Amino acid sequence: MIKKIRVLIAKPGLDGHDRGAKIVARALRDAGMEVIYTGLHQTAEQIVNTAIQEDVDVIGLSLLSGAHMTLFIDVATMLRKKQIEDVLIVGGGIIPKEDIPRLKKAGIAEVFGPGTPVDDIVTFVKQNVKR
Amino acid sequence: MTDLASKVLTGDARSIARLITLVENNSSDAVDVMKQIHKYAGNAHVIGVTGVMGSGKSSLILELALEYRKQGKKVGVIAIDPTSPFTGGALLGDRIRMMDLSTDPGVFIRSMGTRGMLGGLTSAVYDVVEILDAAGMNVILIETVGIGQDEVDIVKIADTTLVILIPGFGDFVQTIKAGLMEIADIFVVNKADTPGVELTVAELESMLDLATHIERRTPIVPTSAKEKKGILLLVRTIAEHQEYLIKSKMYERRRRQRYEAELVEIIRKRLMNFIFDEDKLKGVVDCCIDQISRKELDPYTAAEEILGKILK
Repeated sequence: MIKKIRVLIAKPGLDGHDRGAKIVARALRDAGMEVIYTGLHQTAEQIVNTAIQEDVDVIGLSLLSGAHMTLFIDVATMLRKKQIEDVLIVGGGIIPKEDIPRLKKAGIAEVFGPGTPVDDIVTFVKQNVKR
Repeated sequence: MTDLASKVLTGDARSIARLITLVENNSSDAVDVMKQIHKYAGNAHVIGVTGVMGSGKSSLILELALEYRKQGKKVGVIAIDPTSPFTGGALLGDRIRMMDLSTDPGVFIRSMGTRGMLGGLTSAVYDVVEILDAAGMNVILIETVGIGQDEVDIVKIADTTLVILIPGFGDFVQTIKAGLMEIADIFVVNKADTPGVELTVAELESMLDLATHIERRTPIVPTSAKEKKGILLLVRTIAEHQEYLIKSKMYERRRRQRYEAELVEIIRKRLMNFIFDEDKLKGVVDCCIDQISRKELDPYTAAEEILGKILK
C-alpha cells in the first residue's frame, strides 16, 4: 500500500494575489505530495466540497485581503458541521499575530506568515496529518 | 455487503471519495468492496478526452458537463495530471477550470496523478470508472494527461474517445502519423475562435479522405470552450457515436476490451506488489543464491522455478 499525502491549496474570497499559494503548492509537490490547486476566488462551500471529493488530508488556505477571520473560520466550521474531523487545516498570508489564537481555536492548526521557509510548512504538514 | 459498498451505491460523495483513495493507494481494504460493486457498474457512457497540453481539455470538459447536467444526467469526471518521476509529487490543476461544477451535487470530480503509469492514464483509473459508474453516474468524462503522439491507453477504457486538436498544431503530415490520430472517434478542433481553424479542419478532412475501407467517417467538430461554441453539436455527435456503437455491436466489444485491460492491470499490480515486497522476494531469492554460486543451479532455471511458485 502506497499512501500519498493529498493537499488542497485554495484561495478563499476576493483577493487576487496567488503567488504565495503557488510557491507553497510547488514546494509540497516537490516534497512528494499530491497537490490539488484550485486557484482564486473560492467560496467556503466550494473548498469543502472539493476537499470531500478529492479526499484530501490537508487544506491549505491563503489569504492576503484581511478577510481571514471570516473565511478561514467559515471553512473550518463547515467541515465540522459535516463531521469531517480528520482533515488538517493550515492557513497563510498576511495574518496579524493577534488573530492567530482565535484562528487556532476555530480549528486552523497553524498559520504561516510572510518569510516562513517552505521547508517548515512541509515538515509541519508531514508531522501533523491526521491519517 | 460492506457498509462502504452500500454507501457508494447510494452515491454518497464521501464514501465514493474514500473508496477511490483506497484503490489509488492499492490498499487491500478496497478489494472486497470492488468485488461487491462490480455487478452494479456498466451503465455509464465513458468519454475519453485526450490531446496535447494546453489544448483546452479541462475547459471543454466543464462545458460538456454543464450540458449533460442540463439534460439531467449525473456526471463523473476523472482528471489525470502527471506525477513527477523524480519526487513522486504532483500538481493536479485541472479542477481550476471546473470550479463552476464544484457545488453541484450531480457532479463528482476527482483529480489523480499518473503515479508512474505511462500511456496517459493512471493504474487505478479502471477501478475509479467502475466506482463512479456503480455510484450512479450516467456520463463519465476522463481527461488524460496532456499527451504527445503516442499515449493512447485511453482507448482501452473509453466508449467514445475525443481527440482534441487546436489550430496550428502541425501540417498535413502530422495528421497521417500513427498513434494519437488513429484513436479518435471524434476529432475536436478546439480554440476555434483563433485563426487557422479552417485549415486544420481541411487537413483533417483530407487525411480522412485517404482511408480506404471505413464503415464510419470520423466526424470533426470545431469548438470554442471559451466562447461556448460548438458544445451542443459535440454533445449531439457523441450521442450519435453512442447509437452507432449500440447498432454495430461495438459497445459490447469495447466493454470486453475494458474488462480485459482491467483484469490484466489487476494481475500486473498483484505481481508488482509481490516483486516490490522486498522482504518476501528476498526470502524467495535468498535460498537459490547459494546454489547459483556453487554452480548447482543456473540463474535462469532458478528464475523459472521462482516464477512457477509465484504463479501457482
